[in-house]
Amino acid sequence: MSTAQYQNYNGDQRQRIGTPDGGEMEKHFNDAKSYILSTTSKNGVNLYNHLVKCVSRLLTEQPRDSAVIFEDISKSTRSQEEKKEDEPNPEAEQILNEEQKPLFEKGENTDDLDEEALQSPLPHILEQAYYFEQAGIGLGRDETYQIWLALKQLVDKSQFEKLRFWGKILGTEKNYYVAEVEQNADDEVEEEEENEENNENEDGKDLDDDEEGEGDEDPLPKSTFKSPPTVPKEERGTGVNKYTYYVCNRPGAPWVRLPTITPAHISLARQIKVYFTGDLTREIKSYPAYPGTEKHYLRAQIARISATTQVSPNGRFKFSDEEEEEEEGGRTNYEDNEDFTGAPLSELTDEELNGWVHHVLHILPQGRTKWWNPKEGEEEEEQEEEEDEDAKAENEPQPEQGPPLLTPVGADADIHHTKAWTAKISSNLIPQYACAFIRSNLWPGAYAFARGMIWENIYIGCGHKYATSDYKPELPPLPATEYNDGPEILEADDPTAEDEEKARAAAEQPEEAEEEEEQEENEDEED
Amino acid sequence: MGIEAKDFTLDLDLLAFSGIAFSPEQRASLQTSLIILKEQYKFKTIHFWGKILGITDDYFIIQGRQKDELRDRQFLYSKDCVNWNMLTPANDEAKDSTEVCQGRFTGDPSNDFEVTKYNITNEDTEDENIEEVKSSVREEDRLAATLSKIEQDALIIPRGAYILQPNGDVERNRTFAGLTATESGKLSNYFHFCEPIHLPKKGLIHRSALDKSLHFLDTIDEDIPKGWSVQFERGSGLVQIRSLKWPGMAFFHIPETNRYGSLYCGVGEENKDLAFML
Repeated sequence: MSTAQYQNYNGDQRQRIGTPDGGEMEKHFNDAKSYILSTTSKNGVNLYNHLVKCVSRLLTEQPRDSAVIFEDISKSTRSQEEKKEDEPNPEAEQILNEEQKPLFEKGENTDDLDEEALQSPLPHILEQAYYFEQAGIGLGRDETYQIWLALKQLVDKSQFEKLRFWGKILGTEKNYYVAEVEQNADDEVEEEEENEENNENEDGKDLDDDEEGEGDEDPLPKSTFKSPPTVPKEERGTGVNKYTYYVCNRPGAPWVRLPTITPAHISLARQIKVYFTGDLTREIKSYPAYPGTEKHYLRAQIARISATTQVSPNGRFKFSDEEEEEEEGGRTNYEDNEDFTGAPLSELTDEELNGWVHHVLHILPQGRTKWWNPKEGEEEEEQEEEEDEDAKAENEPQPEQGPPLLTPVGADADIHHTKAWTAKISSNLIPQYACAFIRSNLWPGAYAFARGMIWENIYIGCGHKYATSDYKPELPPLPATEYNDGPEILEADDPTAEDEEKARAAAEQPEEAEEEEEQEENEDEED
Repeated sequence: MGIEAKDFTLDLDLLAFSGIAFSPEQRASLQTSLIILKEQYKFKTIHFWGKILGITDDYFIIQGRQKDELRDRQFLYSKDCVNWNMLTPANDEAKDSTEVCQGRFTGDPSNDFEVTKYNITNEDTEDENIEEVKSSVREEDRLAATLSKIEQDALIIPRGAYILQPNGDVERNRTFAGLTATESGKLSNYFHFCEPIHLPKKGLIHRSALDKSLHFLDTIDEDIPKGWSVQFERGSGLVQIRSLKWPGMAFFHIPETNRYGSLYCGVGEENKDLAFML
């Protein structure tokens, strides 16, 4: 019925327009209704249902400007029918809640509110966050509180002397929250790590033995290449490894301890630039090849950032008054200054940047804070070789020196004619209650604030230095010379004909001379 | 994209996960400034765009838009969130100089940067001649050029948020209900909010299958190198997308709702080493 009448309607349309008549009206109505009911789009949606939905939606929602947005409503109604509704994935939120629930549980023994029970190395993160917020730095109050709870969880589990929230490193897939911890020497843990390293060394030795066994018949030429001695790492609790770092991907996730690092990790970290992904076990593909996974690279970057950007107000720390022996490389320890009453804001925002000092040792190009003489490790071998004393003196490597501890920040090298730090006051309008803050231009994301006796450092960023020039990967080293050039291997030209003539002529003359001599001798003998 | 004035107080906190935060003083002054400037310049919508960190001072950037949000945009900048200046759009010369310019923004708009460009004539022949052309670019022009470059590279909107009207205007979609949680994790559902470059190059057959009013911009998953980091916070309750090419650019979206926005808070320099860093 519908198709036939539809065609008729189309054909008749031009002839009959607007002739109201009882029976005609009804016919028009039926025709119109059947047209509307016929399917138009390929999905089987007919115009009638669509119009019903649009009008009912308009009536229920009653938006303003309904005539203007009618097309939008029509379009979204259509797309809603086509789209199957996705059920929101409850798994991700569920997992997160499970992880974070223990954060909010009260531990045992927290019902005593007396002084002793409340002693804890946990710092007052929320107070620090307040001051950072004044300076326009921070992570938002909710997240800060969650971090605080996570730090508390870390403290309750183990015995630490000091704990600090170091900062947040943004990665491409997950982020890192880093806690800095000063810990008493944990003997058990150290032994585990040493055992791991020893096992690796033993595996290497086994391989060498096998190779020597095979070479009994015809010894292959052995290379005389000696790799430069590996710089030994600094012990836990000193230098670069003074603090231990724990990271987690989210507040509530378990804290993972980062290993101590060797100078090789640091010096190679200076040569590559790779984004953190958030996965500690990821291999770093770079040139030069990085001797470690993302875990070591992260630790190395944390060490570099700490060494360059951890600052405190001038006067907060001082060297102890007792005379210490002058160690090579300067003082390595500082202590709290009890006479410190807080630096005035004018000094902290001073343009010359003398109000802030570094309190972490600078890392030398070698990768350590205290210079290690590579010749010390080679003493035994040197005694066998004969060397003049003069040559020895020339070969002595120059000790690397860095700026001593507690130097003012104003002495930092400029980057491209701009100062390495910017010091500002947090509020121009209400300076009485403002705090002073300083931010690094060399490591964007490193900040410190101070007000009176309260001060703190934090790092929020990607974990990379500010690049003044484009990154250029290291070129591969030049190939080593295989053997010395000498007359034994250099090809000599064959002598030309003229040269041969001369040589023959020269050879004949001494023969004649010899013959004469022999004749003379014979004559002498005869006589 | 920026954060629109009416959502300012609530949405600003959602970007704190990416390390972007503002002091209460700045927030209060910005809130007031947004409203005052909208009236003063007769913008249709006004957005807080972000902050460029300079050596001595920072620049706060506000963007005002007229009816066609894709093309009619104007920037204003200020150092203290109280006094604002209009920024004239950069000309091509300034844009070229900015790419070669080195050094941080100092905080003084009249500062001049020296730029050396090299003209190489008769390359690879004996007559190769490399000329140094020194020019200078004012900090204000450099700022304008940087902002337009950031917009071109890093400004994103979720799919369906804006609609291309038949008369060519690009307007906000009033019935945008947000992306679902699974959709918001995929980069193909976000567009660059600027004139499309790759889209016209695609075949007509491909383009005929697209919904012309919704899909009229380039998607961000075709960027080379892939410089975007997508992360979920609060389970699937909040999506943060950060640009790796312009570190400091962060975008947020709450799935299944109409709320999204982005801010730039960084040094104003492109990460040219991105290809090495992935």
